[in-house]
Amino acid sequence: MTGKNRLNGGMIDRSTSFGFTFDGVSYRGCAGDTLASALLANGVRLMGRSFKYHRPRGPMTAGSEEPNAIVELRSGARKEPNTRATTAELFDGLVANSQNRWPSLKWDAMAINDLFSPFLTAGFYYKTFMWPKAFWEKLYEPMIRRAAGLGTLSHDPDPDNYDKGYLHCDLLIIGAGPAGLAAALTAGEAGARVILADEDFVLGGRLIADTGTLADEDGATWAGKTVARLQAMPNVRVLSRSTVIGAFDHGIYGMVERVSDHLLEPAPGKPRQILWRVYSKRAILAAGATERPIVFENNDRPGIMLASAMRAYANRWAVSTGSAIAVFTNNDDGHRTAADLVSKGVKTTVIDTRPDAPETTDYETLSGATVTNTQGRLGLAAIEVTLSSGTTRSLTVDGLGVSGGWNPNVHLTCHQRGRPQWDENLAAFVPGGTLPSGLSVAGAASGAFSTHRALQTGQAAAVEALGDLGLKASNPDLPKAEDAPIRVTPFWHVTGAKRAWVDQQNDVTAKDIKLAHQENFRSVEHLKRYTTLGMATDQGKTSNIAGLAIMADVAGKQIPEVGTTIFRPPYTPVAMGVLAGRSRDKTFRPVRKTPSHYWAEEQGAVFVEVGMWMRAQWFPQPGETHWRQSVDREVLQTRKSVGVCDCTTLGKIDVQGTDAAEFLNKVYANGFAKLPVGKTRYGLMLREDGIVMDDGTAARLAEDHFVVTTTTANAVPVYRHMEFVRQCLFPDLDVQLISTTEAWAQYAVAGPNSRKLLQKIVDPEFDISNEGFPFMACGEITVCGGLRARLFRISFSGELAFEIAVPTRYGDALMRRLMEEGKEFDVVPYGLEALGVMRIEKGHAAGNELNGTTTANNLGMGRMVSKAKDSIGSKLSERPGLNEADALKLVGLKPVNPDDKVVAGAHLMTKGTPVDAAHDQGYITSACFSPNLGFHIGLGYLKSGDTRIGEIIRLVSPLTGVDHEVEVVSAHFVDPEGERLRA
Amino acid sequence: MHDLSPLTPLGNAEPSIESIGEVTLEEVTDVALASVAARLGREDDTRLALATLIEVDAPAPSRHAGSTIRAFWTGPDQWMVEAPLETHEDLAKMLSNEIGSAASITEQTDAWCRFDLVGNDLFRALELLCPADTADWSGGEVQRCSIEHLGCFVLCRDPSTVSILGPRSAAGSLHHALVTACHAAF
Repeated sequence: MTGKNRLNGGMIDRSTSFGFTFDGVSYRGCAGDTLASALLANGVRLMGRSFKYHRPRGPMTAGSEEPNAIVELRSGARKEPNTRATTAELFDGLVANSQNRWPSLKWDAMAINDLFSPFLTAGFYYKTFMWPKAFWEKLYEPMIRRAAGLGTLSHDPDPDNYDKGYLHCDLLIIGAGPAGLAAALTAGEAGARVILADEDFVLGGRLIADTGTLADEDGATWAGKTVARLQAMPNVRVLSRSTVIGAFDHGIYGMVERVSDHLLEPAPGKPRQILWRVYSKRAILAAGATERPIVFENNDRPGIMLASAMRAYANRWAVSTGSAIAVFTNNDDGHRTAADLVSKGVKTTVIDTRPDAPETTDYETLSGATVTNTQGRLGLAAIEVTLSSGTTRSLTVDGLGVSGGWNPNVHLTCHQRGRPQWDENLAAFVPGGTLPSGLSVAGAASGAFSTHRALQTGQAAAVEALGDLGLKASNPDLPKAEDAPIRVTPFWHVTGAKRAWVDQQNDVTAKDIKLAHQENFRSVEHLKRYTTLGMATDQGKTSNIAGLAIMADVAGKQIPEVGTTIFRPPYTPVAMGVLAGRSRDKTFRPVRKTPSHYWAEEQGAVFVEVGMWMRAQWFPQPGETHWRQSVDREVLQTRKSVGVCDCTTLGKIDVQGTDAAEFLNKVYANGFAKLPVGKTRYGLMLREDGIVMDDGTAARLAEDHFVVTTTTANAVPVYRHMEFVRQCLFPDLDVQLISTTEAWAQYAVAGPNSRKLLQKIVDPEFDISNEGFPFMACGEITVCGGLRARLFRISFSGELAFEIAVPTRYGDALMRRLMEEGKEFDVVPYGLEALGVMRIEKGHAAGNELNGTTTANNLGMGRMVSKAKDSIGSKLSERPGLNEADALKLVGLKPVNPDDKVVAGAHLMTKGTPVDAAHDQGYITSACFSPNLGFHIGLGYLKSGDTRIGEIIRLVSPLTGVDHEVEVVSAHFVDPEGERLRA
Repeated sequence: MHDLSPLTPLGNAEPSIESIGEVTLEEVTDVALASVAARLGREDDTRLALATLIEVDAPAPSRHAGSTIRAFWTGPDQWMVEAPLETHEDLAKMLSNEIGSAASITEQTDAWCRFDLVGNDLFRALELLCPADTADWSGGEVQRCSIEHLGCFVLCRDPSTVSILGPRSAAGSLHHALVTACHAAF
């Protein structure tokens, strides 16, 4: 038994019974049920409370347009608020709860809001919380925020995975109702690559919700057979549970496939959902139409729903939505609902606004009548009908179906600002204006409401698309189907209503719309934002048109004159998780590991993220309890003997070609044309505006071959810049570039014993003595008995130093060998912190100094910008503003009191001047404790700094309360003459 | 002969191989790589020299070809050459000798990690990884595309074998993405 309201028939699987709970009460449903259909089958109509007034609400629809039956699904970390009971596929063990109520759904204390509704009209926020001003942030806003919002999050990390993917097709068909199926059949048989996507878990659209026949079989049977036929075609991909959420540029559509939402939890390794990017050559929108309600007094009670939804519940899910039902309609389609319900034994009465409503003996029809009120506390109990004679009649019904006509689902046609057009015959907006390129519309989405016309237009759209694709259509035979004319007499709202809901999700009433107009919010866009009409998660799928009609009514205009707001992606709400995909937590972005990474892990290195690289920050030794102990030791030992640091992360760019030197002359401010083979040179690279982009070295391995190094952070930007220069600025130069950052493991070997250590590794035929391999030499060598390597005599630490590179796969082994061979020198590995300390001691600029505002002049390297040649940025570096007499200059700073710290980011002030921006003299870019000097030191930019050596100035940081004296000194704290690195 | 031992991109002594459903994911480390970029005005010379080396015409855009030595197109007048590491450890030097001054040659062996996916319907995993339209690939195709935010090459060796080349330093992340996609797809 799966519910007291179950009818015979339907498409549910009665042999598979599922247990589930709603608000803690256990129920049973069937496979094929939605949560809403299962609850209705069990006699549960009350499924939620409205947003503002906390009015009792039940499902209004049977699809994704649902505004009312919004619930929380699942529990624990998988809890998901704000999901539609009407689309939530039932599974065994589903836990669902209502939301936006306290303490319970039946007894909601916040329903008191309903009593204060006269004060909570449109715009009440803006009018009510004006005084006193200070209360807004401290009282009103927090209070409103607590009261607002639907559902609650678990605050636990989502345990499920979400994927992103890419699909390609000739033809994307959006919607698998009669039009979509006809289109897919036509295109599939013609051999086109077709993707047929539908948001439902059973394909067929209205064919599975209605009782009409196609040829000699019912619509659902035909749909099922057609889907099976399509699934058998290798060129057709049929995707159920897949909502196309947006139409983007160049035939690209966004689509969310709910892979595992219908399961208790995803199968191991499987995603919960996939966000597909669909690349299509053509697309057909066959998304059908949505029935629209009529607005009347108290039209929001549980039990009142769209007539077509009632029909769907009865036909597809075998659920009676009431024991005695009325249908309020202005068109013939409402009578289809009545006929279907009567055929299933449900007592039905039709209230038709049209005086000439069709008559039948199957049920009572009240022509020219309207529903003017309803009763029932937590669900519909009775309705009041005003007859054509003007008299009223009460009907005891627990279900009321409402049909105000149908609106084509034009949403995706508007995603690139296409504006729908008004169709007088349908009394509805149909696709219009400029559609997304390659998109055509078929079936009810285009206004072709009958099944026959849906099939025909679906096939025609496919034939047209196939023509564009250069494919010949075979036009498969389509079954004969109903072709009932559209008979609708517009009727939007019952006048005189006091509490008649237009937008049930955002609790917007007809009165609110009239108030907005009265208060001069007359543009439809203003109306929307002032009243919040159509701004809920359903995007007003059931409310927009009624709102426009009421607006037109009070403005004395026609609906097309009022205009429409724009629909935007996503078509239905999308979980944040699927937008993130796999990019979360530790896999938020890729991790790059250096060649010595695994060895460093073995040493217990502390790592730090540098961009995507994981770099060893320092290598703690037993007994070291503070990072400074490790760093100081690494610095002192390197300067005393020898240290090794993995510097693979520096960008390495191979520059070759007969014009390679000339090319480097363009991209570097200083000259490279005359750099001898076998030599390395420091280079300064400027942006077009004369600001320093990066610095590095270029080693000349041959006349036509350089290896350029960049800073770690700028490896990609510099490579991109050089490619731009090569391809766009100087395409006539013969030069070729390729990154080799990853190809070579490169280690800095620094310290007075570095040569001795390397001599144990470099093969003896290579002379690396000071004479044979002097400062700034480079060359291709072999190590360890024949492994090819590159050696550069360059130094970032200021010590005698080399950088040695081997093919990356040998990087780990080389590091181990260096450590082994270096034991006799007490070699230490040093990390990024020690590297930073040593370069500050030496006065070498790094990223902190090359901060996007500094010039060569600021760095004290103005003379490096060659006047003898033209290079990128050289002219603009001559701008007067960059070369004023008091320009910032890089200096060193040390505390007058050796116990004081130098703080990076602190500002420099002349003694005796106020601490303000007007008197600012510069700032500290880098600071550290120098274990060699025994006190803190810093590098910074100081106005006219090069002429202020020896001056005592103030170092201030108002944010951290630092204010003490520092002395301006040379930036080169260690070996200012460069004797060590030339040793 | 030197005495240093290499590590695979995943940080092991031997390449990894694993089965996920009916698909095999294999770390490939026995292939040498070198880039070949034609010098200005020497495009035809380069193409001819390359054709001699790989024994077929130099591959057109988005194609790869060859026999023992193979090449795949990486950009206008530039290719990546593949050869067995055991016999072509210093591939770049060999190519420089063969092609001479017509092209710029750069060693790329250790710039890349390579994973081969072997099995049927590989597009089902690839469509979760990259925007390339791989469903109809039959062999000989190559695409440069982004996988897991990494610039990669995807090569179809035959309908049931695809090679994915990505930056070596991020081999772990790329491998994780491939494993994850295979579990999701198969």
